[in-house]
Amino acid sequence: MKIRQVSVFIENKSGRLSDVVEFLGENGINIRALSLADTSDFGILRLIVNEPEKAYKLLREKDFTVGATDVVAVAVPDVPGGLASVLGLLKKNDISVEYMYAYVEHSAGYAVMIFRFEDTDKTLELLQKEGVKLLSGDVIYSE
Amino acid sequence: MIWNNEFETLPREALEALQLKRLKNVLERVYETVPFYKKRFDEAGADPYAVRTLDDLTNFPFTYKTDLRDNYPCGLFTVPQDQVVRLHASSGTTGKPTVVGYTQRDVETWSEVMARSLTGAGLGKHDVLQVAFGYGLFTGGLGAHYGGEKIGASVIPASGGNSKRQIMLLKDLNVTGICCTPSYALNLMDIAAELGEDIRDFPIKVGVFGAEPWTDEMRRTVEEGWGIDAIDIYGLSEIIGPGVSCECLEAKRGMHINEDHFLVEVIDPVTGRVLPKGEVGELVFTTITKEAMPLIRYRTRDLSRLITQPCKCGRTFHRMEKVMGRSDDMLIIRGVNVFPSQIESVLVSRKGVLPHYMLIVDRIGTLDTLEVHVEVEGDFFFDEVRKLQELEKTLEKDIKDIIGVTAKIKLVEPKSIARFEGKAQRVIDKRK
Repeated sequence: MKIRQVSVFIENKSGRLSDVVEFLGENGINIRALSLADTSDFGILRLIVNEPEKAYKLLREKDFTVGATDVVAVAVPDVPGGLASVLGLLKKNDISVEYMYAYVEHSAGYAVMIFRFEDTDKTLELLQKEGVKLLSGDVIYSE
Repeated sequence: MIWNNEFETLPREALEALQLKRLKNVLERVYETVPFYKKRFDEAGADPYAVRTLDDLTNFPFTYKTDLRDNYPCGLFTVPQDQVVRLHASSGTTGKPTVVGYTQRDVETWSEVMARSLTGAGLGKHDVLQVAFGYGLFTGGLGAHYGGEKIGASVIPASGGNSKRQIMLLKDLNVTGICCTPSYALNLMDIAAELGEDIRDFPIKVGVFGAEPWTDEMRRTVEEGWGIDAIDIYGLSEIIGPGVSCECLEAKRGMHINEDHFLVEVIDPVTGRVLPKGEVGELVFTTITKEAMPLIRYRTRDLSRLITQPCKCGRTFHRMEKVMGRSDDMLIIRGVNVFPSQIESVLVSRKGVLPHYMLIVDRIGTLDTLEVHVEVEGDFFFDEVRKLQELEKTLEKDIKDIIGVTAKIKLVEPKSIARFEGKAQRVIDKRK
């Protein structure tokens, strides 16, 4: 149930973000979700795309500093307190979240959150045991 | 391997006797033929006819690069033009270049010391040598070329630049040795990778690198990336060109100075006092066999120290450590002397960044600032901001520990810092 996320190191200068997404677009890569973490002089662009392996390879060939990370996609009930219930479960089990961001889902009646955990495998096991709805790569990459 | 067993392994006592004879000869010759030296010697009360020991050299005045400029172009030559067979010139960053001349015998001496250097690096007549130093007014290309031919190697005069062709030549001509600057060696590594070539699979076994200061960490990067031995060579056009000194393959620790041709002193750059052997200071050379343009106590501005312990290769010539920087390159930041090579040594010893960097010195208000731009390494890229910031902090701490000045590290994207085909320019000083 792990999802492949592609990360790109980006210097803080105008036009760099646009360079990356334009390059991906030209090569037929569709961005499903993204988040940007930034400091005063650099940022990390995190992407969920339809073809992660291809995107990784293309970016690397183009001399971008790129990494691939396993993340988890959790379907959060689209009601007040939906996210709190998932985070409460993590808190109870002493699992810390490295970072998280939202994924836009139009019709399914739930919101999708992308999580990065310190120990992905252990957390996955717990979430599955507790019956939390997780989304597989097939669902996330396509649609 | 030793090229000239007779001279390179001469017992110290015999070597010093030979040096004294040659020294007296050259001091008398420049005094008689060059008005500049006659005036300088007279002013200093230094009598070339009263020299009895090698230590008497310390009575003579230094010669500076500005003296070459002031006597531009050929005022320090001791021979008429019809005996000069070659002229080289060093790039003049400010105003006129400095011109150096060679007689036929000087060219032979130069070839001899380069032949010794290349032989010491393990090269011989069965080797194919690619010379990727620039050919032209710069002495690197032709110096290595003549030395390579003298040892009977097949020499490829590739000169600098056209990196893709360099890679093609290395591969197709089964090159076993290369001469270039260490920063160009790093550059070629990247180019080879871009072309999908693994340079470690090439037949090349040794690189003789010089013309700019580099660190032992950089040596390891080049040796691992190329799969070769990396040998350090030293020289400057004023003294003869490359081949003043060179490391031996056996020790790879300190460059043997061709002391039968060049006398070396290490001095305190501020007081001019000769330092005890083994202390760090500025290298000062006196050429004792050069004909066209001998130099007496020439201030190189290069900082190093001498190693007088015997070397396992059998040569009796003293060695000089890798040049630690130039007193010209020395940056004074908040009153502290800083050499770019010190910062480089930190960057190459840490995983996560590449050995490509730029130092930006500025002054904000009355405070000097130092910013180090360094490229992140793709293979060690972390997806988390925190880890990258930790990397920055670690590097900042390492730099502070070494130079005693706080620097700000700025991580930049790979290939965003200019690559150099000749001497690297790694400092931008915005003060002034």
